[in-house]
Amino acid sequence: MIEIFQYEFMRNAMIAGLLASIACGVVGSFIIVKRMVFISGGIAHSSFGGIGLGYLLGFNPIIGALIFSLLSALGIGIITEKGGRRQDTAIGIIWAVGMALGIIFIGLTPGYAPDLFSYLFGNILTVPNSDLILMAILDIIIIGIIFLLYKELLAVSFDEEHASISGIPSTKLNLMIMCLTALTVVMLIRIVGMILVIALLTIPAAVSELFNTKLKNILFHSVILSAVFAIIGLFASYLFDLASGATIILTAGIAFFIAALIKNQYS
Amino acid sequence: MKSIVDLKDIWVYYNEKIVLENINLVVKENDFLGIIGPNGGGKTTLLKVILGLIKPNRGDVKVFGGLPENNRAVIGYVPQLSQFDIDFPATVLDVVMTGRLNQTRMFRRYSAEDKKIANKVIEEVNMSHLQHLAIGKLSGGERQRVFMARALASEPKLLLLDEPTANVDKNLDTKLWEFFNDLKKTTPIILVTHDISAVSIYVDKIACLNRRLHYQGTKEITPEALEDTYKCPVELIAHGLPHRVLKEH
Repeated sequence: MIEIFQYEFMRNAMIAGLLASIACGVVGSFIIVKRMVFISGGIAHSSFGGIGLGYLLGFNPIIGALIFSLLSALGIGIITEKGGRRQDTAIGIIWAVGMALGIIFIGLTPGYAPDLFSYLFGNILTVPNSDLILMAILDIIIIGIIFLLYKELLAVSFDEEHASISGIPSTKLNLMIMCLTALTVVMLIRIVGMILVIALLTIPAAVSELFNTKLKNILFHSVILSAVFAIIGLFASYLFDLASGATIILTAGIAFFIAALIKNQYS
Repeated sequence: MKSIVDLKDIWVYYNEKIVLENINLVVKENDFLGIIGPNGGGKTTLLKVILGLIKPNRGDVKVFGGLPENNRAVIGYVPQLSQFDIDFPATVLDVVMTGRLNQTRMFRRYSAEDKKIANKVIEEVNMSHLQHLAIGKLSGGERQRVFMARALASEPKLLLLDEPTANVDKNLDTKLWEFFNDLKKTTPIILVTHDISAVSIYVDKIACLNRRLHYQGTKEITPEALEDTYKCPVELIAHGLPHRVLKEH
């Protein structure tokens, strides 16, 4: 087992998994308690438009994904802010239009689209050093924000109206959470791919929520669970020669079912 | 006496529907005003206009002599419970602490003083023994008291209560009313409810609201006002105790 650390790509994969866990544990917790799972799915899938645009115009598809996911995060944020009964419809449309654009852009790109599969399904084994640094920076930003704004974020997540009355800039904080979701999505595309991002954002936090009644503990346990799932998944994928992203998700999924069963036994 | 809330010619429409029609209301220091009216009569909307959460289509809102957005941080608001996600991971203490947000700065943690005040108000509403319990584990009445505590923690200069007795059992109900009765000595209260019987015992002034507001600045309700509010003949028994209003059938 130890021999896998001899390979630089395995070490990088391990580090990438751990760095991603911090972002996805923290942001995922807010997605779960704010019931934004569908929203995060919309942000993740619409980023495919940016990946396609990157292929078409010849720039790094990840930059395209970043731009598209940020734009859709802001768009969805503004729609949600306005309220109304049809926000979920609007999110569904953004989700689908983003993906459709990606397909059209890739279709228009002359020749073959290399690495397309790794954007769709992830490839944690090819994460370069430069990406690790970007992930670390994003983690530092997320941890800093949580440290400085924890009480405000709790208040806005629980009761936005009351937070606004108390003088908290709820709209700005909500848009900030949306943008952090977008950044985390882009970071996770490397690990599990665009299609499975939603699973890594939600499963660790969902498991953690089963056993915690305080937001702080949910955040903390989600990070730890994400890291555990990433490492177990990575080992399993190495041992059984399976796709790494999908194995990580399956590990998380199995853990969720076991956790839910245990929870049911005791309540 | 200074007016705390001053509404002039307020109109609110949702789509084409008129929700509030030409509302004029002055609330003064030491007022304990009960606003009664049927569900869908615009009671919650009126409170949200005072809080600046809903902008009226027409009219002028003054709270403490200024715009609601600028002055609402000193309003303690107890909303209807139905709007909350009871699965949210927060304890009683967590929720009550958020009442201190108006007194703290952003980027700072709650101070020892904030915690002291939160503990004090939790004790006032008799929830000390449950303060570390998740809000989802509480009964409706207990949760109601938590939100009362949250409002009190903000050291409000005006209290707005939306159906405060809706989830409370009858036994507790009386206690809650006595609690409001004490509170009104220091803080003006506006309370909206469809629970006419209780409101008429404790509040000092009553207004009727069903799109239009009927308010004389007193506790008297005219039969005309009630009839306009409930859209059916209502018999009013307002002599002797307890004051009651009964529907004719």
